[in-house]
Amino acid sequence: MGGFFDIPSDLQASWWGLIGLHLQEALIPVLFGLLIALPLAQLGARFRWLYPPMLGVTTVLYALPSLAFIVLLINWTGLSTTTVEIPLTIYSLVVLIPAIVDGVRSVPEETHAAATAMGFGPFRRYLQVELPIAVPAIFAGLRVATVSSISLVSVGALIGNEGGLGNLLSDALHYHRPILSWNSVITTAVLAILIDGLLVLLRRLLTPWAVR
Amino acid sequence: MCSGQENGGPLIFCVLEGLCTALILIDAVTKRYPDGTTAVDRLTLEIPDGSITVLVGPSGCGKTTTLRMINRMIDPTEGRITLDGADIREQPVNALRRSMGYVIQHAGLFPHRTIAENIATVPRLLGWDRRQARARALELMDRVGLDKALAKRYPYQLSGGQQQRVGVARALAADPPVMLMDEPFSAVDPIVRKGLQEELIRIQEELGKTIVFVTHDIDEAIKIGDMVAVLREGGKLAQYAPPAELLSSPADGFVEDFLGLDRGIRRLSFFTAAGLELNTVPMIAVDSTAEQMAARTIPQTPYLLVTDTEGRPLGWAVAKERIAGSDALIAFGHSFTAGRDSLRAALDSAVLSPTGWAVAVDENGRAVGVAAQEAIAAAIRTAHLEQSAGSDAIPGASDNPDDAAVDA
Repeated sequence: MGGFFDIPSDLQASWWGLIGLHLQEALIPVLFGLLIALPLAQLGARFRWLYPPMLGVTTVLYALPSLAFIVLLINWTGLSTTTVEIPLTIYSLVVLIPAIVDGVRSVPEETHAAATAMGFGPFRRYLQVELPIAVPAIFAGLRVATVSSISLVSVGALIGNEGGLGNLLSDALHYHRPILSWNSVITTAVLAILIDGLLVLLRRLLTPWAVR
Repeated sequence: MCSGQENGGPLIFCVLEGLCTALILIDAVTKRYPDGTTAVDRLTLEIPDGSITVLVGPSGCGKTTTLRMINRMIDPTEGRITLDGADIREQPVNALRRSMGYVIQHAGLFPHRTIAENIATVPRLLGWDRRQARARALELMDRVGLDKALAKRYPYQLSGGQQQRVGVARALAADPPVMLMDEPFSAVDPIVRKGLQEELIRIQEELGKTIVFVTHDIDEAIKIGDMVAVLREGGKLAQYAPPAELLSSPADGFVEDFLGLDRGIRRLSFFTAAGLELNTVPMIAVDSTAEQMAARTIPQTPYLLVTDTEGRPLGWAVAKERIAGSDALIAFGHSFTAGRDSLRAALDSAVLSPTGWAVAVDENGRAVGVAAQEAIAAAIRTAHLEQSAGSDAIPGASDNPDDAAVDA
């Protein structure tokens, strides 16, 4: 007992189980963030006046301390993973919306004009021309959002057993086992680097057309 | 109004007596922006069927605005545009656009699609199946002079000139009756541009589309246009005429300025050198004897054209010196092809050579005769007289001041 991989039984999970829980709590918010950001960014790109206030709101929400956010949410969603995932979803918007808007705006004017002139309606043009061309920019945003989400999940440990690998930090204090905090920090960092690498690989597969 | 038939060839269909069916009719069209600027001002143009109409003018003359009103990317403030007699607002906007090919500066290719997919864009929008659209794309690559091996490449892997060819192929893909071209060749280097212009003229001879072509380059307009509309700042029409008429009789000082100082010389492009009398005497093969050389020396010139044993020109020699044994040659500059090239090519050949004589060759590059500047000047005068006798489009051609410049 007391080794690097010996997880205290109060966490009711193995090391691998904690990794699974951590990834689930980190990645689902990014996915939901992307689903919310896509239509919002399209509005921001089309109606230029809407974009600055949209950015302002997401920035203010990002400035809310995560702990305060979570404590507020306990009233509605209780001590659950949802309580951790909602703030993370909202935080991801501050990165994803500008990434998509910049990506869509980076479509060359002549490509945009050519698409219009060939008879693409606005919706088809967005899906088939603007969005695919924005993929590299969107992935740049996704990488930042994902890595920051992976590191933020640990805050969930403060409301009980909802912090994934972050729970090891509170247990390290509780059981006087500093090795557990090493485990938490190192595993989280390795996880972030691996997921980031996967995203880079995925982007390469999706954009064989990009200049290298 | 049916101006331009004399020079445009059989390009304008006239179905009703005395009436041209312009495929596209721009009828008193004005485009005014909310800030008060007028981009196009009561423009009326008949764009004839099956020919290239060029809109040319300085920046801010409304030429691109006019082009974009034809496919409704911009809506006119006043006036209307008809296509085959029907107002363009009558059909759904995307259907209208799919019936008009569009080529743009920098090509505007889709970077995320392969060359074949780019070309197949409009056929796919029209619902063709994938295989049919791909076959069509490959066929068009061939037509615009692209290697089919490029089909699976992405646009970033192609040169500017190749991208522009893809742009033309993409516009032709669904075989639209109308092609709109917005400065399509202005972003490529001059040599590539010349190739693309010639390719366009060749493709047009095969396909006979109704092409509206926007450029700021008057040389390009004159080279490719069957009709040229010169626009001035504020979107007003300055002149609408075939290129030869534009050069011979510019409507006003603005058009004259825009055409530049050498319009007399450029107009010679429209005169064939076929009637030019060639002198076949002062030409010798490189292995000729002194007697042969002496026999071919003529009083009009101290020079002899030396050719290789196949008859291809090598250069000029001073007759006396060559007979005395000298091998020295004077460059002949470039030759012109007899029967095919214009008087402009012949004149340029003559003024380029220090001897003042032009060298005419046949299709195989063999010298068929030489012509002095004086002979070319005479041919130009004759051509002017024939023009003014055979056409009312060029009044006063015989007293054209450019004749004097050519004589000198």
